[in-house]
Amino acid sequence: MDDFLWGVLPYLCIASLVGGTVWRYRYDKFGWTTRSSQLYESRLLRIGSPLFHFGILLVFFGHVGGLVIPESWTEAVGVSEGLYHFNALLFGGLAGVCTLVGILILVYRRRTTGPVFMATTKNDKLMYVLLVAAIVLGLWTTLVSVGAGSEAHNYRETVSPWFRSVFFFSPDVASMAAAPIQFHIHALVGMALFALWPFTRLVHAFTAPLHYLFRPYVVYRSRDKAGASGSRSGRPGWSGVGTTDRDRQR
Amino acid sequence: MRVMAQMGMVMNLDKCIGCHTCSVTCKQAWTNRAGTEYVWFNNVETRPGQGYPRRYEDQETWRGGWELGKRGNLKLKAGGRVQKLLGIFASPVLPKLADYYEPWTYDYQTLINAPLGDDFPVARPKSLITGENTKITWSANWDDNLGGASEMGELDPIVAKLNSSVRRESEEKVKFEFEKTFMFYLPRICEHCLNPSCMASCPSGAIYKREEDGIVLVDQDRCRGWRQCITGCPYKKIYFNHKSGKAEKCTFCYPRIEVGLPTVCSETCVGRLRYLGLFLYDADRVTEAAATPDEKDLYEAQLDLILDPNDPQVKAAAKANGIPDDWMDAARRSPVYALAKTYRVALPLHPEYRTMPMVWYVPPLSPIVDVLSNQGHDAESRETLFGAIDALRIPVDYLAELFTAGDTDVITGVLQKLAAMRAYMRDVSLGRDGDPSIPESVGMSEETLYEMYRLMAIAKYSDRYVIPTAHVERAHELEEIGCSLDFDEGPGMYESGPFGEASGKPAPVAVETFNALKRRQTSDTAMTSDSSGELQGRVNLLNWDGNGAPPGLFPSGKGQRS
Ligand code: HEM
Ligand code: SF4
Ligand code: SF4
Repeated sequence: MDDFLWGVLPYLCIASLVGGTVWRYRYDKFGWTTRSSQLYESRLLRIGSPLFHFGILLVFFGHVGGLVIPESWTEAVGVSEGLYHFNALLFGGLAGVCTLVGILILVYRRRTTGPVFMATTKNDKLMYVLLVAAIVLGLWTTLVSVGAGSEAHNYRETVSPWFRSVFFFSPDVASMAAAPIQFHIHALVGMALFALWPFTRLVHAFTAPLHYLFRPYVVYRSRDKAGASGSRSGRPGWSGVGTTDRDRQR
Repeated sequence: MRVMAQMGMVMNLDKCIGCHTCSVTCKQAWTNRAGTEYVWFNNVETRPGQGYPRRYEDQETWRGGWELGKRGNLKLKAGGRVQKLLGIFASPVLPKLADYYEPWTYDYQTLINAPLGDDFPVARPKSLITGENTKITWSANWDDNLGGASEMGELDPIVAKLNSSVRRESEEKVKFEFEKTFMFYLPRICEHCLNPSCMASCPSGAIYKREEDGIVLVDQDRCRGWRQCITGCPYKKIYFNHKSGKAEKCTFCYPRIEVGLPTVCSETCVGRLRYLGLFLYDADRVTEAAATPDEKDLYEAQLDLILDPNDPQVKAAAKANGIPDDWMDAARRSPVYALAKTYRVALPLHPEYRTMPMVWYVPPLSPIVDVLSNQGHDAESRETLFGAIDALRIPVDYLAELFTAGDTDVITGVLQKLAAMRAYMRDVSLGRDGDPSIPESVGMSEETLYEMYRLMAIAKYSDRYVIPTAHVERAHELEEIGCSLDFDEGPGMYESGPFGEASGKPAPVAVETFNALKRRQTSDTAMTSDSSGELQGRVNLLNWDGNGAPPGLFPSGKGQRS
C-alpha cells in the first residue's frame, strides 16, 4: 500500500500534470484564461483575491524552501532546526491563514453573487473543494506542530527526502511512510490537486506574465508570419497553400 | 524614418443622423454571441452625454491612456509594469457591468403560452447575465438624443469640466433647457491607435498591431484574461467577454479590409459619412510625438507623424520598408489623408490621451447652424456663420474638449472652413459665380475648396473607401510582370482599350481567362460555334474545352483571320 501511495501515485500525478498541461497548451489555448469574474463583482474580489494569491504564492515558496532544500544546507549556513521551525511556523502559518481567509471570501462571493455563481462550472467546484481541502490540511499540519511544541515532527527528515527522491526516480517510500497521518492526507490531496491542475482554470498560474517586465510596450506582428494566431505553424515536409508573396518580397 | 502603413477612418459628424445602423450591423457581424451581449465595438453616443460605458472620459476615475512622468517620459496612467503586476489579482480600476449595462432579453414565450385571462400577457425583461427578471435601468444609448439630459447632463465629464472651470464663473454654462441646448452624434469604434495603451497594458503581450495595416487585434490564443487592457484603453473600446474570459475588440473588419471591402459599419452607414484609407506614418517618431509636453500640441504632433506619400524621400523609405506599390498608390488617393492632412478638417478624438488615435472626426457645424436657424438667421451665409462660430462659445468649447485637448483656435479654424465651403457652394449651386474671397478667407484656393466639397458631399463609394487589398500585387506579378487587376474598371478593361481593340497594354492572361470562362459559363452556345471574337484573334489553350478547334489555332481556310 505504501509503495503504491508514495511510489507509484506520485508518478501518475506528475504524468497527469505534465501531460495534461502539454495537451491543454496545444489544444486548448483558447480556454487558457483566469476566467475573471470581476466584471460581475468587484468589491469582495478586491479583498479576497489579493489576500488569497499573495498568500498562496508565499505558501508555494515556503513549500519550495521546506521540501527542496535539504536540512543539511540550511544548517550549513547556520540556521538551527529550532529557528527554522519557528520561522516556518510563523510565516507559513500567517501565509496559510491569509490564503484560507482569502479563499473563504472568494468562495463566499462565488456562492452569494448571482452572476458569479451562474458562471461557476462543476469543474470549478471540484477544484475549490480540493484547493480548500489542501489549504485546510496544510494548516492542520502546522497547528499540530505548534501544539506539539519542540516535540513536533520534523517533516524535513521524512517528507522532504521522499519528495526529492521522487525526482531522482528512486522514491524513498520508507521515510514518507514514517511521517504522521496529517502529512499523508495533505500530500494525497495535494497530489490530487496537481493531477487535476491542467484541466481546471488553475492553468493560469503557469502563464504568470513575468515577461511583461521585459517586453516593449508596442507589439508589432506581421499578418503573414507563420505561427501567427489562427494559422498553423509549419511542419517539416509540408509547404503552405496560397501565396506567400509578402515574405518573398523581403 | 521607418515608414509604416495604417488603415484609418474619418467620420464626418455633420452627416450622422444617429440611426445606430452601424452599431446594429456591427453587432450582428461580430458580437451577437454569449458573453458579448453588452459589447458594442461600434456605438453611437449623443453628445453632450455620458457615453458608453458611462463617463468613460473621466480618466481620473478610469485611469486609461498615457500621461507624462516627472521627467517628461511617457507612462501608463494606470501605473508602471511592476505596479500593474502587483495589482493583477484584482484590477484596481475596472468598469463593472453596471457601468455598461445589464444586457437583457424578453420572456417572449409568455405572449403565446399564457393561459387565457383578463389581462394581456406581457413579455417581462430577463437579465442575460443571471436569467432572472430584471429592471431595465440603462443601456448603451440610454441618454440618446439628450434623453434625461436636464437631470443627468452634468454627468458628462466634458460638461462637468466646462461648467466647473473657474473661467466660467461669470460666463455661460452648458445648458440643457430645450431652446438653449445643442447636440450631435459621436459614433465610436476602436481607434487603432499608433501608440495603443491597451497593448502596453497587456501583461501577456497578446494584443498586437499588424505591421502591414496597423490594425490592432487581440490574439485570442494568447490572451489569459488578466483584463489590464480594459483599464488601459482610455476609450474603453476593449471589452471583456465574460463567457470566454478573454478580451475582445473592434477588428476593423480585417477579413473584409484584406479583400478590399470597407468595414461593416462604413458599408452600412446611412449617412455615408465614413471614409477609409491609408495613412503612412513614421513609426520611429511615435513615442516622441506622444510625449509632446503640451497637450494642445498633440494634434499637430500627430499630424506631423503622418507622411506625405508624394514626397520622394517617403517613397524611397516606403519601398525600403517593403510597402508594395499598389499600397503607395492607395496612400496617394487616400481620402482620410486628404481630410486629415491636406484639408486639415479631420481631428483626432481626445489627443490628450496620447495614444495617437487613427479614427479621425470632422467636427460638426450643425450645433451652430441649428442655433442660427432656430433664431431665424440665414445659416448659409458666410457672415452669419463666421460671426456665430465666434459668438457661440459653448459648442466650440465643447468640441475643443473632444478633439483638440481644449484648443478652441483649431476648432474655430476647421468650423470656418466648413462654413466657407457651405457659403461658397451655395453660390455655385444656385448658378451664381463662386465668390473667391470666401475660400481665401480660410486660406484655401477655390479649387481645393471645391475638391474638398466633392470629397465631403458627393464622393462615390470608390472615393470614400480606398482600400488596397492584402498584397495581391506580387501574386499578379508572378503571373504577368507589371500588370495588376487593380487598374480602372478591373477585368472589364478587356472590352476595349482607349484607342480601340488591341491598343494599350495587352490584356493580361488572367483577365482574358476570366472573361472567357465567364462567357463560356453564361452563354448558351459552345465555345467554338461562332465565338471568333472571344479571344480576340489570339489562342489561349487554357480556355479550350476540347470541343472543336480553338479559334485562331489554325489559319482559316479562306485566308481570313478567324
Ligand atoms: C502567480 C501567478 C498568478 C496570477 C498572476 C494569478 C492571477 C489571477 C487572476 C487575474 C484571477 C482572476 C480574478 C478575477 O478577476 O476574477 C485569478 C483567479 C484565481 N486564481 Fe490565480 N493567479 C496566479 C496564481 C494562482 C495560483 C498559484 C493559484 C492556486 C493554487 C490560483 C488560484 C486562483 C483561483 C482559485 C482563482 C479564482 C478566484 C475566484 O474568482 O473565485 N492562482 N488568478
Ligand atoms: S482605442 Fe483601440 S487601439 Fe487605442 S487603446 Fe483603445 S483598444 Fe487600444
Ligand atoms: S450608420 Fe452612419 S448615420 Fe447612422 S448612426 Fe452610424 S455613423 Fe451615424
